[in-house]
Amino acid sequence: MKKLLMTTVAVSAMFSASTAWADNHPLKVGFMATLEGTYTILGEDGQRGFKLAMKELENKMGGRDVEVIVGATDASPESALRAVRKLVEQDKVDIVIGPLSGSEGIALRDYAKEHPEVTIINGVSGAQETTFVDPAPNFFRFNTDGAQWGVGLGEYVYNEKGWKTVASVAEDYSFAYTNFLGFAHGFCKAGGKITERQWVPLGSKDFASIIANLPDDVDAIYVGLGGGDAVNFLNQYQQAGGDASLIGGSIMVDGTVLSAKGNAKNALIGTPSSGPQADTWDDPDWQKYVKAYQDAFEPDQRFPTPSLLATGYYNATHAAAQCMDKVNGDLSDGQKAFRECLSTIELDAPNGTIVLDDNRQAIGSNFVIEVVEQDDGTLATKMVSKVDNVNQTLGEDEAEFRKLGLPSRDIIECD
Amino acid sequence: MSKFWERHPFWSLIIVLVIAVFIWAIFAPWPSGITDMFGRKKVFLNALFSGVTLGALYFLAASGFTLIFGLMQNVNLAHGSLYLLGGYVGYQISIATADASGNVVNYTFWWLLAFVGAFLACAIFGMFLQYAVFRRMEGDDLKQTLVTIGISIVAADLMLWYWGGDFYTIATPQWLAGPTQLPLATAVKSSGDVVFLKYPSVRLLILVAAIVIGVLMWLALNRTRVGMLVRAGVDDRDMLSASGVRIQRIFILVFAFGAGLAGIAGVVGGTFQSLAPGEDTSILLSSLVVVIVGGMGSIPGAALGALIIGLAEQFGSVYLPTYAPVLTFVIMAGVLAFRPQGLITSGR
Repeated sequence: MKKLLMTTVAVSAMFSASTAWADNHPLKVGFMATLEGTYTILGEDGQRGFKLAMKELENKMGGRDVEVIVGATDASPESALRAVRKLVEQDKVDIVIGPLSGSEGIALRDYAKEHPEVTIINGVSGAQETTFVDPAPNFFRFNTDGAQWGVGLGEYVYNEKGWKTVASVAEDYSFAYTNFLGFAHGFCKAGGKITERQWVPLGSKDFASIIANLPDDVDAIYVGLGGGDAVNFLNQYQQAGGDASLIGGSIMVDGTVLSAKGNAKNALIGTPSSGPQADTWDDPDWQKYVKAYQDAFEPDQRFPTPSLLATGYYNATHAAAQCMDKVNGDLSDGQKAFRECLSTIELDAPNGTIVLDDNRQAIGSNFVIEVVEQDDGTLATKMVSKVDNVNQTLGEDEAEFRKLGLPSRDIIECD
Repeated sequence: MSKFWERHPFWSLIIVLVIAVFIWAIFAPWPSGITDMFGRKKVFLNALFSGVTLGALYFLAASGFTLIFGLMQNVNLAHGSLYLLGGYVGYQISIATADASGNVVNYTFWWLLAFVGAFLACAIFGMFLQYAVFRRMEGDDLKQTLVTIGISIVAADLMLWYWGGDFYTIATPQWLAGPTQLPLATAVKSSGDVVFLKYPSVRLLILVAAIVIGVLMWLALNRTRVGMLVRAGVDDRDMLSASGVRIQRIFILVFAFGAGLAGIAGVVGGTFQSLAPGEDTSILLSSLVVVIVGGMGSIPGAALGALIIGLAEQFGSVYLPTYAPVLTFVIMAGVLAFRPQGLITSGR
């Protein structure tokens, strides 16, 4: 009798344990960012955005515990594929959040098509092609792309600053092309001329010859570099006595560069730029997010304010969590309900409301910004103007926009 | 040199011609036909100077590497870590007395002290490595190489832990901050005024310093007793130690010196580029390419290799931007294919 009782208890305990397990079977989330190479610092801040969101969610999505598996990449498409293969095929994750860099995003779009079982929510990569050409049904992007990040800047420098001719130096890869296209689109339309373009390999160290090659007879120089490349350029630009007006690409005036040690970054004060956020925007939601970021990490382990990379990952993670909550953590039927939710959700992000278009690409706000020195001597970006509802075709008819061609070295021409 | 002339009259002629064209291009004003073909003279001169100064940085980094290899047959893959460590130590010294707003009284002194401090810090670390680690696995090349990879990974993580992932640039003293006007004409304006080349002062100083260090090293190796011992050690280690020389001391000395040079290179790199995690492997790669092109274990080889790679990178970035990233490796592949021992061979 006693034995039977014990067995019943044991069996029921096992049973209840297994049902609890079935309900709370942890959700596996793969996190991908550039934690190696030139963009390490960018990747680390992306990771902070992700961690902040996970902290706010108390490490739960749709009532299920979240098990995070990190995949490190180095901004090359090969490294992204290596990382995602491990996450999907070996660790069997349900969702991937990432990647960070442009060409990685294109690689993951193609991978997503071969692996319909996983949902990829883009971290913050911004190449246009990723969602514009042959998009994957299970790839979602809640950040606007590089071209959208350039909206408003061209008109601003042409009309307000009065800069009519521009030469450019930018990195030679998909994101920098896309980001430059966004600027050139508005600038050329306003009547500006882009006289010379120099494209430098990602990870360049010595810009002395590039700087010497910049023409003297232009009103301003567009610099579309990021991370270490940007710091190296600015340092050497000052040493060469350069004093032309600069226009910054979106990751040129980001926290990653603005918080560099040393005085190279001071060449950026007053530089106009544009991107999906403005560090000192006075919107209460934005300020709340900045405060949460500052509270979550020690001052020496973070930037003064979150970079656009942190914001991108933060938004992507919250989008995933909101939809997991909506479907109660149910990913059955090939994640159908979850994906439907992602496609239709209106995300109330700190940097403005974001919705997705038919290609699962974000439509959101864009900010024209300027670099200012703050009272404590740190640099930050202040908002000049804000453009709402920027879509991937930059407000143009889609057929017209496709005619411009995909972002590359010579798109858009106006010399 | 005269031997080379006798053996390869054709190649000697080509080299002399190329040098002559370069000298002409530097000093003569360019006719418009050439400007149409190659762009402005200012760009050419800048690429030339930048190539040489970049070569100076590579030389500082690679000469220590090649010296250690030449004597101890130790491929020190932790050399990049010494570079980065030197840069960080130099940065710390340069801001050691900074007030809250980052101003340093008498900054030039602290900047120069940064070079000394970086040299000493890296030299001590190098001595420790040689004494505590490599001495125990002498003659076992593979083991040593693997251990140096391990050390470089651990050192990279320790430095990331302490200094974080930010970019560091070491400020130049005020009197070196801007450009200097050089007596080289780049163009003649329609009014008849001659436009002279302006070039960053700090890079000129670094170039001069690298040449001085190179010459001193050559003198030390060829004109002093210690240098003689080092050269003898490169030729035949066993015979030298059999003749009663305490070779371990020479090893430690050379390792310390080579590591110290890497530290100085780190401060130089921090001054005109930037310091961040990942710089260690990229400078190691450059050093490897330089010594493979120049010839493993040879100081003049390191100088020649550094010059070639520096010039190739700078000219490539201006005149062949699309192919710039592969140019250095094309040169390396070419050298390996036709002269695998490097352009200048060391020892016997």
